[in-house]
Amino acid sequence: MINKLKSKDLIGTKDLSLEEILLILDTAESMKEISSRDIKKVPALRGKTIINLFYESSTRTRTSFEIAGKRLSADVVNISVSTSSVVKGETLKDTAKNLEAMNPDAVVIRHSSSGAPDFISKILRCSVINAGDGAHEHPTQALLDLFTIREKLVLRGAKELKGLKVSIIGDITHSRVARSNIYAMNKMGMDVTVSGPSTLIPVDIEKMGVKVFTDVKKAIEGADVIIMLRIQLERQEKGLFPSIREYSRLFGLNTEKLKNAKEDVIIMHPGPMNRGVEISADVADGQYSLILDQVTNGVAVRMAILHLLTGGT
Amino acid sequence: MKEIILIKNGRVIDPANKIDTVLDILIDNGKIIETGKKLSTQHSALVIIDASDKIVVPGLIDMHVHLREPGYEYKETIKTGTEAALAGGFTSIACMPNTKPVNDNQSVTDFILDKARKEGVVNVYPVGAITKGLKGEELSEIGELKSAGVVAITDDGKPVMNSELMRRGMEYASMFDLPVISHCEDLHLSEGGVMNEGFVSTELGLKGIPNAAEDVMTARDIALSELTGARLHIAHVSTRGAVNLIREAKSRGVKVTCETAPHYFTLTEKTVDDYNTNAKMNPPLRSEDDLKAIIEGLKDGTIDVIATDHAPHEASEKDVEFDKAPFGIVGLETSLPLTLKLVEDGIISLTEAIAKLTVNPSRILNLNKGTLSVDADADISIINPDKEWQIDITRFKSKGKNSPFHGLKVKGLVNTVIINGNTFNFEAH
Repeated sequence: MINKLKSKDLIGTKDLSLEEILLILDTAESMKEISSRDIKKVPALRGKTIINLFYESSTRTRTSFEIAGKRLSADVVNISVSTSSVVKGETLKDTAKNLEAMNPDAVVIRHSSSGAPDFISKILRCSVINAGDGAHEHPTQALLDLFTIREKLVLRGAKELKGLKVSIIGDITHSRVARSNIYAMNKMGMDVTVSGPSTLIPVDIEKMGVKVFTDVKKAIEGADVIIMLRIQLERQEKGLFPSIREYSRLFGLNTEKLKNAKEDVIIMHPGPMNRGVEISADVADGQYSLILDQVTNGVAVRMAILHLLTGGT
Repeated sequence: MKEIILIKNGRVIDPANKIDTVLDILIDNGKIIETGKKLSTQHSALVIIDASDKIVVPGLIDMHVHLREPGYEYKETIKTGTEAALAGGFTSIACMPNTKPVNDNQSVTDFILDKARKEGVVNVYPVGAITKGLKGEELSEIGELKSAGVVAITDDGKPVMNSELMRRGMEYASMFDLPVISHCEDLHLSEGGVMNEGFVSTELGLKGIPNAAEDVMTARDIALSELTGARLHIAHVSTRGAVNLIREAKSRGVKVTCETAPHYFTLTEKTVDDYNTNAKMNPPLRSEDDLKAIIEGLKDGTIDVIATDHAPHEASEKDVEFDKAPFGIVGLETSLPLTLKLVEDGIISLTEAIAKLTVNPSRILNLNKGTLSVDADADISIINPDKEWQIDITRFKSKGKNSPFHGLKVKGLVNTVIINGNTFNFEAH
């Protein structure tokens, strides 16, 4: 059993081995316990500095990283682009070099351009953690999804995730969550299907090792886990689907469509949700939904990652 | 007075005259005055160049270069761009009109020609804009551009999306026998795209540009060439579809020619894999299958010309997020060895390779260059075809160091270049 990650950075689940994924999930289990205590803080990362560098708006992920860092006693600094030098035209390279000059232990970056975390990881000596880049990867989301699935299934007595059927439904083309989940779940031996309108399924996605259905019913049938993705309303203007009404009718998850699913199906969503569009309110809040568990577990998984990458001396 | 030069014992390759044999060439006053075996002359001021074991070819011609001046002198100037051309074995280049201001009127053409005379080291042939400001709205004064000295017109970098305007531009240009160079890209299909659309773009999460963006415009412009009778030259062909369309059009007698660039027959989309901004150009590096089609097109003559699309950028402009990086790579100083690789790999003959770098572009642009005939201008490149070397961007004469070929080991080095009778020697790297 390994006890640390190979790379100084976490750019994507594509780069993680199965052992590394399991290490992160196992570490997250012990981290979760900390969050349930009365005093939710341990000194593990005391004296470490973590910078949250967010070029895109985010509530969940940024807060989750901040709480994760603080529960481990790290000093967490948030930089949001609207108040930074970026609005004055500073390049990403210069921003990265300036942050480096302040000697942080980790930079958590979210950026609208795919490849931005990879780009700064080559400049920075400290750890770089990808909190979502363009349509590329969002590895911590995939890891918390795995954690959430595993936690639920262990309760039900399962030993491993191998063979589990997962359907990811929605805008696959623009989804970093889909890509990170596909890589990670394939490594776990899970059976991944993607579904959505053909205009939002990227070319050659099958080569990533997934099945593709444009018929949501087929994607739902027999699935152990359904992950619904947010549909961005701007996509309609680009001609990618005709209307929210039709999208919702064809691809939205509701009680009716759920009838095709397994009895004890797990429903997840990385958020933020468009209630009534890709997921109906009763399904989002219903008994199969683990959407808020995902948020809780996000903190634990991010604590695990911060600890694995910056802990120790 | 210019020297009298005798080039001895070189393997002379002159595709226009179907010559591939060991010959001597005698040059006087900037012209070739005699070619033949074992030439001798009594002239006292004679300079003899021993070209044994070397190939002697017409000075290379690159019909697709961005010199950036006026307007973007921080990327390249007419001086540095022509120096890069010379180092790459080129004696004539055509420069694209997307400068600032755009070369859409006589004064810009005059400026470029004047600057090239004063500071340039190779022959510079400006290409004018089809439409004012490259905006695709109204025609440039193409007649005046022609009289100022442009050799073709193009809105390179942007296509003329309005088919009616493109039709009129082609009709109008044909009055002056000016070829129309088309950058084939449907801007709606390519909108927001930064690399080829395929598995690599899917994995990297980058917006793709489908082959169809190039293919539909290639088909359109072929149809417009048929409609108007204008001479059409398709720039930087990168897809199988475009090669097929052009092959078929040629077989029907359509007046279409085309070029590709060395990167399209050397690299594929896989080069983008770690978000390498030096693999970002437009059209993008395509798939393995497209690369094969380009090679077939070069082999069967569908692709007439190898041009570089030399597109220098300042280092910091490429040292950014992939989405933000500008399109384009430099090519003048790497084109020759990459083309010679095609010969080494047995894809095309040396004569065919040299034709695509000399007489073919010359004919398309009516340059009266690209041959070693008696009375031709003495523009000659002498190449050491077996010399191995490593591409090193720090040695580039170009201001642009944006090349995906840095570090590549190649074969074939320029030894001597003669332009209008002036000799430039290049010592081994």
